[in-house]
Amino acid sequence: MPDFSKHTIQKILQEVCDPEIPVLTIFDLGIVRDIIINKDEVEVIITPTYSGCPAMDAITFDIRLKLLEHGYKKIKVTSVLSPAWTTDWMSEEGKQKLKNYGIAPPKLSTNAKFPDSLPSCPQCNSHNTKLLSQFGSTACKALYQCNDCKEPFDYFKCH
Amino acid sequence: MNTNQLINYTLHLADTTLILAQRNSECCAHGPVLEQDIAITNISLDLLGQSRNFYQYAANLINQSTGKSETEDSLAYLRTEREFKNLLITELPNGDWAQIVLRQFLFSVYQFLLLEQLQAGKDEQLAAIAQKSIKETTYHIRWSSDWVIRLGDGTAESNTRMNNALESLWEYSGELFIPAEYETAILNRGISTNPADLFQPWLQKVTAVFEEATLKIPANRFMQSGGKTGTHTEHMGFILAEMQSLQRTYPGAAW
Repeated sequence: MPDFSKHTIQKILQEVCDPEIPVLTIFDLGIVRDIIINKDEVEVIITPTYSGCPAMDAITFDIRLKLLEHGYKKIKVTSVLSPAWTTDWMSEEGKQKLKNYGIAPPKLSTNAKFPDSLPSCPQCNSHNTKLLSQFGSTACKALYQCNDCKEPFDYFKCH
Repeated sequence: MNTNQLINYTLHLADTTLILAQRNSECCAHGPVLEQDIAITNISLDLLGQSRNFYQYAANLINQSTGKSETEDSLAYLRTEREFKNLLITELPNGDWAQIVLRQFLFSVYQFLLLEQLQAGKDEQLAAIAQKSIKETTYHIRWSSDWVIRLGDGTAESNTRMNNALESLWEYSGELFIPAEYETAILNRGISTNPADLFQPWLQKVTAVFEEATLKIPANRFMQSGGKTGTHTEHMGFILAEMQSLQRTYPGAAW
């Protein structure tokens, strides 16, 4: 009989990662909104990052699989749109992990003093960077280049 | 207002985003440079995601009121041309890069204003979808207006192409602001505003970008309409033939 405490389930779900950016767990991303336990049923409430993000289907599948692995049988994954996901929900730890992975983390969208300021290079920390393309390899990223070390890099867009 | 009109309105929103997504997706591996190929297909993906949300909601509404069992897929793949309520501008062939970016610009500015209304409106699900989508649309406006300015205020060749695009697309912009019956019907429910009210703010934004792009709005144009009520251009059938061919040939196919 699996343990039906929120804490345990949360810990199990820490192993579910974004399929495109495998260093981030779904908690780092801030897409898990709630876990509801109703007797022997576990409901995980998630919110999509971008409307068309194909990773959401994979993540829903992985949540189900992970809980099945740990003996849970009645599993429901519900997607809610409101309130809309924002990169402000990304954990500090997640932002650090992104940077170490070579992706510049998103800036805070709220209270940003310089909303259009350039991200710093995740390789050499230089602020002297330029935009190459507003869209990158996935919906959540834009492409930049560092003017100092010349390395192109992904920036996780502020959303 | 009856549920039917809300269903038609939601289908109009779904069809418009789906058909523009389908058109933009034709650029996949055909963009002028790699980065812009990625950009336009990312926009296509955003629009496809938005249309899925609208279709899922429409399917719910239909199933609740009629007991049918529609899904997002049956609505997208198994309806006929006359049942589609998308704006005409979304179904026009892509043409050159100037036409692709200009269409995206004209549409995104309009869509932004519309989503602003919907997210403050009284239909909870449409408001939630709008709240989600508007962030994506903001980005589409930024990207497409950059391109309109870059080509309009670029070389003689790019300026000619942008003017040609404007000549051929402008007559499809009027339809955006002429309310269909279902749009008028939902007004009393406080779901959205009259689309005619969006015209002035739209024109203001478009004019500002055109000024920077050294482009002039064509004067006294006859405005095409009909898409919102299912009377389409000759291009629509071909899009559906391609988009729906798999489900039509192998009903229920899934992977």
